[in-house]
Amino acid sequence: MTFSAILTGAAGGVVTARNPVHAALFLVLAFFTASGLWLMLDAEFLAIALVLVYVGAVMVLFLFVVMMLNIDTERLRIGFWKHLPLGGGVALLMVIEMWLVVSGRQFSSMVEPTPESVSNTKQLGRLLYTDYVLSFELAAVILLVAIVAAIALTLRRRKDSKHIDPAEQVKVKASDRLRIVAMPVEKEL
Amino acid sequence: MLNLTDYLMLGALLFAISIVGIFLNRKNLIVLLMCIELMLLAVNLNFVAFSHYLHDTAGQVFVFFILTVAAAESAIGLAILVVLFRNLRSIHVDDISRLKE
Repeated sequence: MTFSAILTGAAGGVVTARNPVHAALFLVLAFFTASGLWLMLDAEFLAIALVLVYVGAVMVLFLFVVMMLNIDTERLRIGFWKHLPLGGGVALLMVIEMWLVVSGRQFSSMVEPTPESVSNTKQLGRLLYTDYVLSFELAAVILLVAIVAAIALTLRRRKDSKHIDPAEQVKVKASDRLRIVAMPVEKEL
Repeated sequence: MLNLTDYLMLGALLFAISIVGIFLNRKNLIVLLMCIELMLLAVNLNFVAFSHYLHDTAGQVFVFFILTVAAAESAIGLAILVVLFRNLRSIHVDDISRLKE
């Protein structure tokens, strides 16, 4: 109950924060609280993975980018509340619809299952490396492509760097560097 | 004792909040990316709740893959954002429509 209240509060903070840094920190709080909820649902491995991957990597990346870019927040806030009636109406409708669907008897009658004797990590690992091994490798390829794409997008050659291409150095010939100039012989004094 | 309905309602509420966030922050690309992360979190919460109550670990495997794809997506999104800012000096959505002209 407490976790849900904190989670919704943090989500509200993310969407309304004036400063993007505050929004990122609220998102960190939201992820932490969600990982607490997942622990209550016996998903220990995923709860720890959420903290490590999201709070540890993705949110630090977000904070880096927010601080690296010099953002003019005032211009971004113009007309901020203008579409609130439309967005709020759509969201409210969605919540009501979901409530109508979810409050049915078939969902609320599900009882709390008995705790498993095997650890959650062991179960997940067994499933990942047997039934889902191909998808697992596909996920690895996706991550590799993401690394390559991120580096390729942000890489740029610095104009002022002293870097020298080794291939150019190897290919150089004596005639490129040395020029023999014919000069008249100086007369003896 | 909490039952499945409570978790599903929380997921729906979280999803709705991020929808409102996308409507409100439609000018600010970086907060839009954060709202997308929040949406994925709501969906993951539903997956974990169902996997717990239905005694099926496959739901958690799905969450694992969603986390992977979401991490890749945000990394590429932020890289695009950095390149965009380097070229335009702004992340205002209205400034990005230049490709249309």
